Amino acid sequence: MNESLHLWLIPLLPFIGFLLNGLLGRRLPKAVVSAIALLAPLGSFLVVLLASRAALPHSESYGNWITVGPLNIDLTFVLDQLSLIMLLVITGVGFLIHIYSVGYMHDDEGYWRYFAYLNLFLFFMTTLVLAGNALLMFVGWEGVGLASYLLIGFWFQKKSASDAGKKAFIVNRIGDFGFLIGLFLLLANFGTLSFSDLAQKIAANPTMTGGVLTAIALCLFIGATGKSAQLPLYVWLPDAMEGPTPVSALIHAATMVTAGVYMVARTHFIFDRSPLALSVVAIIGAATALFAATIGLVQTDIKRVLAYSTVSQLGYMFLGCGVAAYSAAIFHLMTHAFFKALLFLAAGSVIHAMGGEQDMRKMGGLRTKTPITFWTMTMAVLAISGFPFMSAFFSKDAILAAAFASGSLGKLLWFVGLVTAGLTAFYMFRLWYLTFFGETRSHDAHSHESPWSMLGPLAILAVLSVGGGWIGAGRFGAFLSPVLGTKTEELTGSLEYIMMALAVAAGALGWFLAHRMYHQRSAAAQLAAPAPAGYNLLQNKYYVDEFYNLIVVKPLLTLSKYFLEWVVDFAILGGLAWLLAGIASLSGAILQRWQSGNIRSYAAWLALGAAVLLYFVLAPHVFGAASLHLGMAGH
Amino acid sequence: MHLILFIIFAALCLTGAVNLLFQKQPINSALSLIVVMTSLAVLYLLLGAEFLAAAQVIVYAGAIMVLFTFVVMLLNAGREERTLGSSAYRTVGFPAVAAILAVIATGFMKLQGFGDAGIQDHITSTADLSTVLFTRLLLPFEVTSVLILVAILGSVALARKGDAEGREPR
Amino acid sequence: MHLSPEVPLVWYLLLSAVLFCLGVVGFLIKRNLITVFMSIELMLNAVNLSFVTFAHQWHDVKGQIFVFFVMVVAAAEAAVGLAIIIAVFRARATLAVDRIDLMKL
Repeated sequence: MNESLHLWLIPLLPFIGFLLNGLLGRRLPKAVVSAIALLAPLGSFLVVLLASRAALPHSESYGNWITVGPLNIDLTFVLDQLSLIMLLVITGVGFLIHIYSVGYMHDDEGYWRYFAYLNLFLFFMTTLVLAGNALLMFVGWEGVGLASYLLIGFWFQKKSASDAGKKAFIVNRIGDFGFLIGLFLLLANFGTLSFSDLAQKIAANPTMTGGVLTAIALCLFIGATGKSAQLPLYVWLPDAMEGPTPVSALIHAATMVTAGVYMVARTHFIFDRSPLALSVVAIIGAATALFAATIGLVQTDIKRVLAYSTVSQLGYMFLGCGVAAYSAAIFHLMTHAFFKALLFLAAGSVIHAMGGEQDMRKMGGLRTKTPITFWTMTMAVLAISGFPFMSAFFSKDAILAAAFASGSLGKLLWFVGLVTAGLTAFYMFRLWYLTFFGETRSHDAHSHESPWSMLGPLAILAVLSVGGGWIGAGRFGAFLSPVLGTKTEELTGSLEYIMMALAVAAGALGWFLAHRMYHQRSAAAQLAAPAPAGYNLLQNKYYVDEFYNLIVVKPLLTLSKYFLEWVVDFAILGGLAWLLAGIASLSGAILQRWQSGNIRSYAAWLALGAAVLLYFVLAPHVFGAASLHLGMAGH
Repeated sequence: MHLILFIIFAALCLTGAVNLLFQKQPINSALSLIVVMTSLAVLYLLLGAEFLAAAQVIVYAGAIMVLFTFVVMLLNAGREERTLGSSAYRTVGFPAVAAILAVIATGFMKLQGFGDAGIQDHITSTADLSTVLFTRLLLPFEVTSVLILVAILGSVALARKGDAEGREPR
Repeated sequence: MHLSPEVPLVWYLLLSAVLFCLGVVGFLIKRNLITVFMSIELMLNAVNLSFVTFAHQWHDVKGQIFVFFVMVVAAAEAAVGLAIIIAVFRARATLAVDRIDLMKL
């Protein structure tokens, strides 16, 4: 093994930040809290940068974690091209969002608590990414879920926030259940959870396809749908917008929700062997992309639009994974991290400017009042809409091209992706027009630009959103090929240009419609007028929440109320409690006679006890045949 | 000679102990306890424990019993008053004591290989005792000094004059 | 009867057993806090006697060392115990054991 890169520092620094701020933060001044919180991700980022110059892949083992019978799990961190990109995004974007948070959360009472949670999240997220085996990854996986729960419910005094936190946690449990079953299946079939060992064992067995591997892949994918908010487990993500906006940017857009994509890419050697699982991934991805984009069309809460947009973009990534274009998916993951973080942060800046207002119908005309926010937001909107030579133009195009190249099902999925691209452009420009153009629709119009601590990260992210595509265009697949393999069916030149043109055209169409409807003052109602039913359906998010409520939550509540409350709680538990209490008070009534408080009677009982004990100890010697030998036998 | 000494001091010992029980005045009980302890010191000497015999006289018959008599006088403890306590000590306690005595005594009688004690038996000199005490058992020995210190502090804290609620004196 | 110059060690042990039981009886029948405390000392002394006897029998100095420690503890105990008695007497103005029955001072 080559020289140590001290990978353990990457998760440890945020953990130290978490401990310091979590334990002492209440008493520390805000400047110290911010310094601790900012140094942790900055340090991690620098460690990642230093490590990136080493020969990859690089793995470091910190000893044995679990040894039970044949099961042997090491505490191993692996740095390869895939985890390097993830780490750069997580710590880099994470650091920018930390800076932004200093400005955004400045007046919050729970300032120290917020940064402690944020550092805790980074600790778990870097653990997840660095993990060299699936169990350690699962630890990070659960940990980021916990951090997400804590941060969604950060303003826990608000019932909707704490409810949203619980919803995220519970929905994620369903996915985690699938993940765990997948781990057990891996363990049962291969006896190891280390990614490198698994890859070797599967590679050594080329005839092994389908069957068990499909089951494992689908179970893992259920985990991914939970964490990455895919159909049917996406419902928690829009509600997660109850958290502070930087949290939405970091956890629910840039990093944590992409963990599912990362996990699929990390275990791609399993998915590669199962065409069925791959198709499921691709279909779910494409369906989610379209489904969430349509809901996003009519949302009025600025953060909810972005939330559905995130769900939709994650669908793109899974579509990429599903057509085995993992590097394209990771590429889109990276560019998405840039422009979606920027969108959320800019939205946060808008909300900040509006004094907490999130309803886009009450915004408008912010272009002149918040010029920097406006321009950075514009960059992000152009980027996500696939404007030529912006970041998503390259990454989305890579996914769509890969989809088109992968058989007849791929053609259909490609078309869905194309439509979604148009829808994406539409709802993003709708947001853009509603927020920044027209006249102010709010009454207390003292909007102001945000402080520099918030605008700085916006500017950096804007540069990344615009130029991020050039980092990876054409090179990304080659860079990741040691990890993800080189399976990419390249399109021929002219067809690729046609695809690009079509994608750009779809985006342009979306922009044109948004322009017509929201800028040239044709009211949104015009869309609703011809198809009120459809509009209502979208407005109510396809009634999915209501549906889940009806088939899952209600029966559970009814069961709890009538069966558990009356039968189990009242009759069985209550009865037992009464019985136990009765026994206790009865025996107490008897035993209290001993507790006379009279010392001499205590002494008498004590003497009786001593006599009985002595009798039992000495009886065999004293009254039996055996003689008593006290002391040392040798004498 | 040994036998005579044993009989004399064992008898003295038992008489003192019984007298302790039957005296009504605490000061008389304390004086009988001194008799018991002093005779025990002689018995120790008969058993060859010369240092313990000296310590028994100095520590028990001297220091501790002085403390007792001092407290008896300080609190002006008079005759025991007859109180109506629980009768459990008679109904439970006496049979229990009898049982204890019976079991232990029977056990002792059945002991085998126990020798006799003669006047010229081997004597544990103070040097023997201190050799062990200051080498192998040095740490426990030093710890006892801490114990005594704590006891001093504790008794000072307890006996200091505070008011009924135990507040600090003004 | 021939008077043996020697004494069976079992006699010493029996003496210690009797002394111990007299101490227990004293604890049971005495009504004064101080005499109850004296009975405890009597029990301790009885046990000490058996320790010394065993030490003599086995020619082992450890038994005597144990008696030494018992004495130290007894001294400490007497000091603290008598201080407690003084404190109790201050609080309740009585030394009668049966009056001190509230499990509190």
